[in-house]
Amino acid sequence: MTATVEHTPSLVEQFKYGLDAPICLTWEWTYACNLACEHCLSSSGRRDPDELSTEEIKRVIDELERMQVFYVNVGGGEPTVRSDFWELLDYAVAHHVGIKFSTNGVKITPDRAKRLAATDYVDVQISLDGATREVNDAVRGPGSFDMAMRALRNLADAGMRDFKISVVMTRQNVDQLDEFQRIADGFGAQLRITRLRPSGRGADVWDELHPTGEQQRQLYEWLLANGDRVLTGDSFFHLNALGSETLPGLNLCGAGRVVCLIDPVGDVYACPFAIHDVFKAGNVRPAGFQTVWRDSELFKDLRRPQTGGACDSCAAYDSCQGGCMAAKFFTGLPLDGPDPECVKGHGEHALSTRDSSALPKPSQDHSRGTKRVSLGMPSVRMPDRACDTSPLAGLT
Amino acid sequence: MAPDLDLDKPYRLNPSVALRPEPFGALAYHFGNRKLSFLKAPELVTFVRTLGEHASLGEALDAGGLTDRTKQSYLRALASLAATDMIVEKERDDRDR
Ligand code: SF4
Ligand code: SF4
Repeated sequence: MTATVEHTPSLVEQFKYGLDAPICLTWEWTYACNLACEHCLSSSGRRDPDELSTEEIKRVIDELERMQVFYVNVGGGEPTVRSDFWELLDYAVAHHVGIKFSTNGVKITPDRAKRLAATDYVDVQISLDGATREVNDAVRGPGSFDMAMRALRNLADAGMRDFKISVVMTRQNVDQLDEFQRIADGFGAQLRITRLRPSGRGADVWDELHPTGEQQRQLYEWLLANGDRVLTGDSFFHLNALGSETLPGLNLCGAGRVVCLIDPVGDVYACPFAIHDVFKAGNVRPAGFQTVWRDSELFKDLRRPQTGGACDSCAAYDSCQGGCMAAKFFTGLPLDGPDPECVKGHGEHALSTRDSSALPKPSQDHSRGTKRVSLGMPSVRMPDRACDTSPLAGLT
Repeated sequence: MAPDLDLDKPYRLNPSVALRPEPFGALAYHFGNRKLSFLKAPELVTFVRTLGEHASLGEALDAGGLTDRTKQSYLRALASLAATDMIVEKERDDRDR
């Protein structure tokens, strides 16, 4: 035996070449949603008649068990509005596929909370986009704050621990970070904060809602001080360019390498924030998920070494990696260049010189109606983030 | 903090942990505490899988014919695996089996 651990390239390097199965698999079970939030990453609202059936979902769960995908992040839409939701949850758990599901809380009754608390391998994530009713409901719609708080109370009362409160950071709530932490602590929950990306209906409101440059620094500093307690997935690695300290979390774009999405009709995309034909790798219906994951040309391509383009000359490239592919794509920026929220200001420059008349549109839109309900601010549905725990946690 | 590893004691892979082979080695998932860890070399994966067959950790390290440097790096990796409960000390009753 001659190989030593020291000679192994870093995991982040390894991840760039892809894994045999994803670590951060998001699986949306329906496009239906009881809310109609305006920056929903998956443009959800109405159910799609072609959504995977109970049996089809079970077959994919069987496959995930064989592939040793140990847990998936289930979202939507609002996944709990599927009438077979609880059946599927039990089926997954019985097949060693743990489930963390994102919900706005609509179905989390005291009874249901008790059953969830009694089930191993299930984790719940409640979306909340304001620490106050005012801020939350302005973005998520009237009644959504009370709905979320009721669900949180039910889970805590049922003895559930470490469930997640998931917050999309916006211009309106960055100042509430400490307040969010207090709410989480009060329920014995863990805080998860994610980045607002211009995906789905999020593209329509991104200009108004994404944090300012000053707020990005505020966020970075808050994360340096508190980041060990909160989950961020791969949300904020573009902020690493702000300083010499690297934030905890997954510091690379894992799309198609460690991250992917199965959407409600079985289409497989490189990332939950990239619902567009350009990032569609295939569908689970003809040959299953594994074939798509291993053999799709798109994924093979993403697993080849990438170039930094205009970022190549930037001193921060190693820690920032040029940011989020989906954010670039849906704001019309080149994929091998700076992120629209580049902390060095290169994104703003790129945005001001792009052709904004031909921005890419998502390949799926299940929005109900076409009118925006204007509440001063658009209502917002919490995107379901790909990667919840840091896959690098527990490593030395 | 990582519990100190004792070279004289036997260890094994926690039965609640599943190893998934990957190009770099393996991904370890603990079904109890839901932690994910990485074994960053295929040889380390084999070592961890067979750890429970040895009477002590020290013996397991010696049996592999490892260089001192490799031993040190294995010990570091094993300490972090022990800290997350991925490997555990063998109980007396399953030692006798
Ligand atoms: S495209 Fe963005 S959201 Fe998707 S995996 Fe890459 S960095 Fe994460
Ligand atoms: S130029 Fe590119 S690498 Fe540098 S900070 Fe901006 S996005 Fe990151």
